[in-house]
Amino acid sequence: MAGKPLLRVVNVKKSFGDKVVLDGVSLTLNKGETKVIIGPSGTGKSTLLKSINRLVVPDEGEIWLEETEIIRCKNINAVRQKIGYVFQDFGLFHHLTALENVMIGLTKVKKMPKKEAVEKARYELNRVGLSGIEDLYPAQLSGGQKQRVAIARALAMEPKLMLFDEPTSALDPELIGEVLAVMKELAESKMTMLVVTHEMGFARSVSDEIIFIEKGKIVEQTSPEKMFRDPEHQRTREFLFKLKDLYGEGGE
Amino acid sequence: MLDALALIQKSLPTLLEGTFVTIKLTILIVAMGLILGLILAFCQIYGSKPLRIAVAIYDRIFRSIPELVLLLLIFYGMPGIGLRLSPFYAAVVALGLRAAAYMGQIFRGSFMSVGSDQLTAAYSLGMSEYKAFIYVIFPQAMRAFIPPFANEYAIILKDTSLAYAIGVVELLRQGQYIITVEYEPLPIFLAIAGIYFVLTFGVARLLKKLENKLKIPGIGV
Repeated sequence: MAGKPLLRVVNVKKSFGDKVVLDGVSLTLNKGETKVIIGPSGTGKSTLLKSINRLVVPDEGEIWLEETEIIRCKNINAVRQKIGYVFQDFGLFHHLTALENVMIGLTKVKKMPKKEAVEKARYELNRVGLSGIEDLYPAQLSGGQKQRVAIARALAMEPKLMLFDEPTSALDPELIGEVLAVMKELAESKMTMLVVTHEMGFARSVSDEIIFIEKGKIVEQTSPEKMFRDPEHQRTREFLFKLKDLYGEGGE
Repeated sequence: MLDALALIQKSLPTLLEGTFVTIKLTILIVAMGLILGLILAFCQIYGSKPLRIAVAIYDRIFRSIPELVLLLLIFYGMPGIGLRLSPFYAAVVALGLRAAAYMGQIFRGSFMSVGSDQLTAAYSLGMSEYKAFIYVIFPQAMRAFIPPFANEYAIILKDTSLAYAIGVVELLRQGQYIITVEYEPLPIFLAIAGIYFVLTFGVARLLKKLENKLKIPGIGV
């Protein structure tokens, strides 16, 4: 599987006013890889993910999804269809049922015939373990179910890349597991994923690499084994120590 | 008592004629309020800064001047600058301009009530701004729009009676004509009040039904 990476982020910079949020971030993601981004809040993790599907437009740098440069491309909507995005706060459409939430991208963006879209949406909901709730509205679902509907909605578009922006941060502790399980399965099925999370158990068991970002810069980027056992930088060590304090060891 | 009923019965065709004018006024003012209000709301949400300021000024002006003053200003004042309108259309314009200011605020609030997280999610699926508006914002905003719209509708309907002051022969003035002939203010005014009540309450009930029908399951409001 040599050759070009699926995603290439090259020296991306972004400031909001005086505040530098991304200060020259570069990373690559090969097909089938899962990388986890960790780092203190306000250090640009979300901005980085948002830059990748241009919900935020970087000031400098390049972002390549295969042969397409995202920051300057003409048809961003075509690119976004190839990038699944899962938000911390779900972003489900309140006026649509779970099934309709998954279908809407298919029918309105991909122009898929309705019957086909229903089938596809049912399949995707089943894949995230949500058969039987098709006709419920978001307000009738638990947080974990909502997030899984959101994942199904993203998957239905058959993206090349999935971005997860703290997908479990808004969930009650007992609901986190079901979402992580779905994400783990996805990673095992060789979906290419970039995940911002502080779930160290997930990072440890699923990711190919962990990226530690602070103050808009990548401090360290290495395999989970090395990251947890023997990180290069003192700062990484301190941060991981704090995470362990908060979230436990993250051993499986 | 029987006399009064007989009088009302006798006057009813004339009163209904006035009612018809009142309804026409209401429909035109509501339509003008909706169209202009929607434009104002769009300008205020998506417009450039000068446009937003212009809308804010419009808003402030038309929400601060009494409707009766607006009516008199447009009917008696505008001919001074060469704009002569019939009483009917002067009423539509004056009350419509005012309604637009309020409708604009109602639209704006309804659009803003749809969380930005949903908009972002729509974009992330590859929806254009237009599609996101049509499929995500609009259907939810309309649900939020109905209750305050019902309120505004009632205000517009009742305030058409102010057109009386510039000589529009609507329900109230028709009633007044009958009273000058019959010298029986009580039954006629009661009949007029009853008609206004039916028009206001009936439509409010219909809108309430629509609101319930469109209610999203699981959301209490």
